[in-house]
Amino acid sequence: MKGPEPLIFELSSPGRKAYSLPACDVPDKDIRSLIPEGFLRAGEPDLPEVSEVDVVRHYTRLSQLNHGVDIGFYPLGSCTMKYSPKVNEWAARLPGFSWLHPYQPEELVQGALQLMYELQQYLAEIGGVDKVSLQPAAGAHGELTGLLIIRAYHRHRGELQRDKIIVPDSAHGTNPASAAMTGCRIVEVKSDARGGVDLGELEKVLDERVAALMLTNPNTLGLFDENIVRIARMVHEKGGLLYYDGANANAIMGYSRPGDMGFDVVHFNLHKTFSTPHGGGGPGSGPVGVKEKLIPFLPVPTVGFDGERYFLEYDRPLSIGQVKAFYGNFGVMVKAYAYIRALGAEGLKRVSENAVLNANYVMRKLQKWYDLPYDRHCKHEFVVNPRRIKERTGVKTLDIAKRLLDYGVHPPTVYFPLIVDEALMIEPTETESQEALDYFVWAMGQIAEEAERDTEKVKTAPHTTPVGRLDEAQAARRPVLRWRRGA
Amino acid sequence: MDFIPNTDRNREEMLRAIGVGSLEELFADIPPEARLGRPLRLPEPMSELELQQHMLDLADRNAHLGHLVCFAGAGIYDHYIPAVVDHVISRSEFYTAYTPYQPEVSQAVLQSIFEYQTMICELTGMDVSQASHYDGATALAEAGLISCNTTGRRHIVVSATVHPEYRRVLHTYAAGADLKVTEVPYRDGVTDLEALERALADDPACLLVQHPNFFGCLEPVQEMSGLIHRRGGLFVVAASPISLGLLAPPGSYGADIAVGEGQALGNAPSFGGPTFGYFAVTEKLVRRLPGRVVGATVDSRGQRGFVLTLQTREQHIRREKATSNICSNEALNALAATVYLAMMGKRGIREVAELCLKKAHYARDAITSLPGFAPAFGAPFFMEFAVRCPCSPADLVKRGTARGILPGVALGRFYPELEDCLLVAVTEKRSKAQIDALVKVLEGCA
Repeated sequence: MKGPEPLIFELSSPGRKAYSLPACDVPDKDIRSLIPEGFLRAGEPDLPEVSEVDVVRHYTRLSQLNHGVDIGFYPLGSCTMKYSPKVNEWAARLPGFSWLHPYQPEELVQGALQLMYELQQYLAEIGGVDKVSLQPAAGAHGELTGLLIIRAYHRHRGELQRDKIIVPDSAHGTNPASAAMTGCRIVEVKSDARGGVDLGELEKVLDERVAALMLTNPNTLGLFDENIVRIARMVHEKGGLLYYDGANANAIMGYSRPGDMGFDVVHFNLHKTFSTPHGGGGPGSGPVGVKEKLIPFLPVPTVGFDGERYFLEYDRPLSIGQVKAFYGNFGVMVKAYAYIRALGAEGLKRVSENAVLNANYVMRKLQKWYDLPYDRHCKHEFVVNPRRIKERTGVKTLDIAKRLLDYGVHPPTVYFPLIVDEALMIEPTETESQEALDYFVWAMGQIAEEAERDTEKVKTAPHTTPVGRLDEAQAARRPVLRWRRGA
Repeated sequence: MDFIPNTDRNREEMLRAIGVGSLEELFADIPPEARLGRPLRLPEPMSELELQQHMLDLADRNAHLGHLVCFAGAGIYDHYIPAVVDHVISRSEFYTAYTPYQPEVSQAVLQSIFEYQTMICELTGMDVSQASHYDGATALAEAGLISCNTTGRRHIVVSATVHPEYRRVLHTYAAGADLKVTEVPYRDGVTDLEALERALADDPACLLVQHPNFFGCLEPVQEMSGLIHRRGGLFVVAASPISLGLLAPPGSYGADIAVGEGQALGNAPSFGGPTFGYFAVTEKLVRRLPGRVVGATVDSRGQRGFVLTLQTREQHIRREKATSNICSNEALNALAATVYLAMMGKRGIREVAELCLKKAHYARDAITSLPGFAPAFGAPFFMEFAVRCPCSPADLVKRGTARGILPGVALGRFYPELEDCLLVAVTEKRSKAQIDALVKVLEGCA
């Protein structure tokens, strides 16, 4: 078992260095003759003094304390932790993509602009929308962008009173948080007995103040809302728009498109559905697509094509403006583009088929020990809870999650969605084999049995990880948010 | 190519285990009206070999900075990146992990963020840093929103010397939240202090400045800090992290929030993204921070460990009452910065800053000694400067790129009154010979 690694600062030794820079080859001048003294820094920043081998060993040893998709199963619900193909990493690192300055003349970046233009087209086709902006940097950023578009649309039509955003009680936390950033009020609607939006409850909150309904479909229970077309009609009849949170799009590619379901604005998570790696928390990319009537409000610039050359389109007077400097997370776009080109239409449909198949397979196998709050075929993910286990042994979802770590598996998303008590939200993805899924099922079964036989072992798990359970309460009560010399 | 390991035999077995006869049954809940009755219209799939060739072809249609000597800056810079940086961020233990929700198997990500937070505090002189923001522009915009939420005021004042694209993003965010934004004009390359005093008259929530500013000039930050604080507002500074090897850190002159674009720290330009924004605050504002924050704690065995903390600020707990909606940020880019700063250390970062400073001053002296060229502004500058040109800056850029040099960024697209100005950035990567070659390109134009 690998133990904790010192901080890079604790490896520091005065005078040691890891960098090498050329000597100054222009006439050397006293800094004070170039910049007035008052602007200069008094002391030095306390950065580490280490050698190159110190740096390499430190971060290599540190890396070994982490789980990742390349190490093992990572069924983190709503995060789509699929395998990230290596050829995409290779492509994104080509100097012809990674070493471009955003203000190079357009004729010197035609390949990059072509890639962006084509990606806009592919995503529009996959989402069933008319035009896409690649600018948002992440899913939540896409939500903010989409809601700003919706708000601008209503205002342009003189409907200033539309300030209500409806979200279901199963929604991702970013939905209400994004809505709040656009100055809107959030109204929550309950889910019905089948896990979908309760139409009666929806009817009650629909009025002329509705700006939009935000929905994930399949939702965070992994269930496709069978009433979606009716829901869209109800919202549209009241003058509201529909926003599609694309976090769960891995379930439906080639089967159903948000635009065809009735959604007006859609965001995609390139770092989920389109295989770009999550990087330990980013970079992501959250392109936003819209139906025709909302195109005038999209952020600028988008990429256009006149039949001969690709160019940046800025001329959109009603645009909400820019949501990020430059054009978005281009390096992430390269990977998603390569993925779509590798798979094509058939490949993407197979992705969704297999993601759904894998999820249903695991769900049915787990039923032996775990409880299904909604017993229907799921899409790409599903939610179970340990109701029976907890009643008999007191073992909770958190304990099960921690014990899974000892089996070399990253736990599912836990305690979410909020509407299921002790939820375990499981998303296997299509890139896992039947054997990998069987291993997970076996581990979950073992834990269920351990809970009866050796309750303490489960409650005190994990036992084999580099660190044990961490005291999160202490971290919040007495925050230590940085290293200090001598502290 | 689809990266799906299961075979038809697997699929049949699995369908049997589920108790359905076909895959189609699993999709029966999608109503016919919501179905796509045809295949997606996308190009044919490719083998890896074909894909590699295709991606190479596309990449070849761009002129990259390996061949183009770059004097363009304006927010994205061509700095040196030690080979170790890409080596570390290519380790898939880092790049194939999600946000570290399970700390027991995420210590690599968590500890490296803790190191990052420390380094950002050291560079900026601020008390607390979060884990990273999308970029410099969004970090600045959110700093504006947070200032409004903290002070209960609804007016943001920003200098016109802040990066034009950052200001555009700020306007977008502010419009969303119905906040007023006032831009303060500049004089001789820096914020006009008289105009600033007038703009501060109604006690705004904050003052947003960039230092060095978009033109590379040093702002009178001491005076500005005093002016906004007398009005009870927050002082928000967007500072280039490389400049902080040499320049006084925002914490030393009273900044309440320091933000900035982090690309220069070990990240490739990538056509403008992904990069990251840093976001640091004083102790007082710690509970207003947007996004992830990592803290140290102990584990059940008494060992030090790291966790995501102060999460009651965040969207997954607080939902609409969160300080921000940010979830995924730019962790891998921040890791690149951490490794970069570990490699450079306290002396390296200063050496880089000094090289940039000296080379940029050499370049400006050489360019402005050409007939017809003149410094656009007299204010002191760090590594970027604007020059007035005797011919169209856009033509100069064309002339330069034909000779393998990207001379800078024409300012007219952002500031119509600076139509004859070129913004030139000089990093430690530029040799004297390259600067002299740039001077040659410009020389012939008058």
